[in-house]
Amino acid sequence: MKRFDYVRANDVGEAVAALAASPAARIIAGGTNLVDLMKYDVETPERVIDINRLPLNTIEATESGGLKIGALVSNADLAYDSRIAERYPLLSSALLAGASPQLRNLATTGGNLLQRTRCYYFYDTGTPCNKREPGSGCPAIEGVNRIHAILGTSDQCIATHPSDMCVAMAALDAKVHVIGPGGERTIAFEDFHRLPGDMPEKDTNLQPGDLITAVELPAEDFTAHHSYLKLRDRQSYAFALVSVAAALKIEDGRITQARLALGGVAHKPWRDTEAEAMLKNSTPGVASFSAAAAKVLETARGYGENSFKIDLARRAIVRTLKQAADGTPQSQTDKRIR
Amino acid sequence: MSEISLTQNPAHVRHGSNVGQPLTRRDGLLKVTGAARYAADNHPESMVYAALAVSSIARGRVTALDVAAAKAHPGVIDVMTPENRPPLAEDPDAKNHPFMFRLDVLQNDRVRYPNQPIAVVIADTLEAATEGAALLAPRYDVEPARVGLDGNEVFTPQGVGVGNPPNDSHGDVEAGLAAASRRVEATYETPAQYHNPMEPHAIVAAWDGDRLSIDTPTQGLAMAVGRVAGLFGIAPEDIHIRSPFLGGGFGGKGVMSGPQVLGILAARMVGRPVKLVLRREQMYGPVGHRGPTRQTLRLGTAGDGALTALAHHTRTASSTFDDFFEPASNASHTLYASPAIATSHDGVRLDTGTPMFMRAPGEATGSLALEGALDEMAEACGMDPLDFRLKNYAEVEPTSGKPFSSKALRECYAQGAERFGWAARPLQPRQMRDASGLLVGWGMGTATFPALMFQAEARAAIKSDGTGLMETGAQDMGQGAWTALAQIAADGLGLDIDQVEFRAGTSDLPDAGIAGGSGHTATAGMALHDAGAKVIARLADLATSAENSPLFGAGNAGVVARDGRLFRRDDESRSESYADILARAGLPEIEARGKSAADPAVRNAYAMHAHGAVFAEVKVHPELGQIRVTRLVGAFAAGRVINPRMVESQYLGGMIWGVSFALHEHAITDRRSGRIMNANLAEYHVPVNADIPSVEAILVEEHDPHVNALGIKGVGEIGVTGTAGAIANAVWHATGIRVRHLPIGLEGLLAGGLGDA
Repeated sequence: MKRFDYVRANDVGEAVAALAASPAARIIAGGTNLVDLMKYDVETPERVIDINRLPLNTIEATESGGLKIGALVSNADLAYDSRIAERYPLLSSALLAGASPQLRNLATTGGNLLQRTRCYYFYDTGTPCNKREPGSGCPAIEGVNRIHAILGTSDQCIATHPSDMCVAMAALDAKVHVIGPGGERTIAFEDFHRLPGDMPEKDTNLQPGDLITAVELPAEDFTAHHSYLKLRDRQSYAFALVSVAAALKIEDGRITQARLALGGVAHKPWRDTEAEAMLKNSTPGVASFSAAAAKVLETARGYGENSFKIDLARRAIVRTLKQAADGTPQSQTDKRIR
Repeated sequence: MSEISLTQNPAHVRHGSNVGQPLTRRDGLLKVTGAARYAADNHPESMVYAALAVSSIARGRVTALDVAAAKAHPGVIDVMTPENRPPLAEDPDAKNHPFMFRLDVLQNDRVRYPNQPIAVVIADTLEAATEGAALLAPRYDVEPARVGLDGNEVFTPQGVGVGNPPNDSHGDVEAGLAAASRRVEATYETPAQYHNPMEPHAIVAAWDGDRLSIDTPTQGLAMAVGRVAGLFGIAPEDIHIRSPFLGGGFGGKGVMSGPQVLGILAARMVGRPVKLVLRREQMYGPVGHRGPTRQTLRLGTAGDGALTALAHHTRTASSTFDDFFEPASNASHTLYASPAIATSHDGVRLDTGTPMFMRAPGEATGSLALEGALDEMAEACGMDPLDFRLKNYAEVEPTSGKPFSSKALRECYAQGAERFGWAARPLQPRQMRDASGLLVGWGMGTATFPALMFQAEARAAIKSDGTGLMETGAQDMGQGAWTALAQIAADGLGLDIDQVEFRAGTSDLPDAGIAGGSGHTATAGMALHDAGAKVIARLADLATSAENSPLFGAGNAGVVARDGRLFRRDDESRSESYADILARAGLPEIEARGKSAADPAVRNAYAMHAHGAVFAEVKVHPELGQIRVTRLVGAFAAGRVINPRMVESQYLGGMIWGVSFALHEHAITDRRSGRIMNANLAEYHVPVNADIPSVEAILVEEHDPHVNALGIKGVGEIGVTGTAGAIANAVWHATGIRVRHLPIGLEGLLAGGLGDA
């Protein structure tokens, strides 16, 4: 681990000022990803700014009836918060599908948004990686890529975003609150994470000096029809090969509103609004679900080891929509897929 | 409590008060409170830290290291490279016997596998040493890596495992296949696997002149002393190794590794005690692994399902510079009766670290393929898999023709099947669903592991207060040796376990042999037993020859030792306490030394193996292919059980390794660079609690009058065997799809044509 300076910010203003003074500094909250990356010399910040004392650890009602989740609310507190569990069970479920209880106790909402890919080559400083060292090449494209992306890839990078939480937040149309040198602003969840394109080193559209302060959930009710399904190589403590977040509103046997997002398949949580539009006004069933799945995967591309993910994602989308429509969301406790 | 029938030693000793009891681990409290001191917990005064720099390439030469940059880093004391590494008395590339493995200890600039040590940085702090190692920024001449079972020229190795012939043939396999009414040929592939004990290899080494003090985990204290003595040209008695606890070994700590030797060299170089602990990713290279295999089974059966031929061929890999070839085909030597059995191996040399013994080396891999092929043949014959195995039950060891010293495998089949409910299994696959619509499959496999014994010594003493002392340099890897061996020791002295001080885990005690080959309890236990018998015999001589002892003249009738007293065998109203016997003789203590070794005559006459039967239930999602092992029942017979709690724990752990083998473990190599891409516990998957809903082990009673006087066979490895095959067979039974490429992942089922919505 490289030597680094450590500063602790006591309020948001101090944190923003500290970031402005050294834009290359890294924010540390739970540290569950950053510290690992520093140990591997993947992240080598000269300065680390500790924001754990900032008052960003509450969940508050918004005027429009939604909830505003402070950036420092832990994944565990968020998953088990009664308002989240009752009104946004899709988010609770996605959180509980991720990591382990110990990690969820430490990991924060803001940090979860900023966790970095689990691409083997990104972690291995003995190999090239365009995300870690722009221009050095992407060995995953023709190499070990079983866990890699099938949607929105570029010839520079086929890494995935590993979060479960973010997949649910994308489906729930969340907004990210940010404060930066120019003041406060919000970023639609859709616009928060990026596709790799020719700048895979950039995971998000945050600007230098930006600090995430909260994630806001709009006041929408998908409690009757939702599910988060995560497929992985073991039953816990593994990243998704494919995950699907589905949320529906169904009236009189027709879908009146649909949300569909995938994890484990792209450089960002992959929400497909065209597929959602296809589902809207359709009758819930294998036919409409399969059509939506086909739409989502229209542009999917496999790279060898990960080609099975295309078929797996298709099946998972159909299954998750069925779970949502049936009102039988995937349990993250017994993990049995129905 | 039954009395042990002694076939080798004088019958002074009566066992039973301690052996057979389900005692909890005597070191359990130390471990759960964190008080147990593992090697890396030691911090001798003035100790400094060493960190390895390891190669990022698989093959080539190191052309440059920025030693100046590392040395300039604050806290760095020195940097050890091939240029300045202190001399060794022995060539680390020498191989004087098959148990001697070549080491990479900076003898030159060659790189022969990824993660090979290429320098050691010694510093005041771990952080400084680690950063110093990173600052070395090595440059290389890179040569193409040879990767995968087709990655190099194929040849027949001289030996497989340690010193076993690569090919073995009994009867005419081709004729048997030609005459068969049904034939099955199947090829199974298993990946490279890494031991991954929780405790990484670690060493704290301190020199005092030419005397060397070491804390390091080892499964073989005496062998480690011998290796270090040879390498450094010092006398074995000047080396003291402490290894009271190992955080898992699994074969990966069987012999001293290069990094451990580098820790000793670093201490010599800086003249201060040095601690060196491997990072997790550094364990994927210099400390061994299980080699990958590609196994082809060819079976033939007659119309009644009796095997006419069994051929088992294995392709495996060793390193380019040393030999350990996973002896997978040899798993077919002992289990199933066939008039013709042929086993063979060939190998390739790859740019990897040298493979090593890993829990059930050969048996784990070989049994997976054998049990899979057997299941395929049972299917071809339209027979229940258990009936098919019973049909081909080996009454004598098929390849040697020897009778078994004992074999309660039929009872294992029966008890396991009963407990599991096997009789309700439909013959055809894809017949069962659970209430939520998941496909349910049942599969089974036979478990087997040889009953090995090595050589050991022990010392026993009885003190004037009547308490006992037993010593042997045994190793507790977590398997419970501290407890089970103390139980044998206590019975050997006719004392309650609380009355016996049991010493183990350091090299200044008598050589207990290695904790490996599932032979530690038998080997060290028999040495303790022998020492106990001898010290009791001396005590009996004192008593029976003393005119004022109640046992005077009982020499012919014999005495029995129990509860700290000797009893006249034919009249137990006459007895005397140990303390009284020693007091009369005016002795502060009485001692004796014992030893153990396999009896070659008995070994020649009998085939000796533990056996078991494992039954697995899996549930598979009919569209998504997600597999879960929902139930495992294993029934094992392994001779005398010293401590049923420890034995059950060994079986359960072994069976969980089987789950891991079937569904999870896989070292993933980049075929261009030769690097292992998932060298960490986040991505090198082993089961978590959620993957093991129900696992159960049945201890089947078995009395073996031949294997050794205690009747112990060994339980450390057998649980892995049988289990992986049972799970693979259950996946087939659930889905109708045979996945022969391990680990079985959901893509294997999708590719196999798993149904759709």
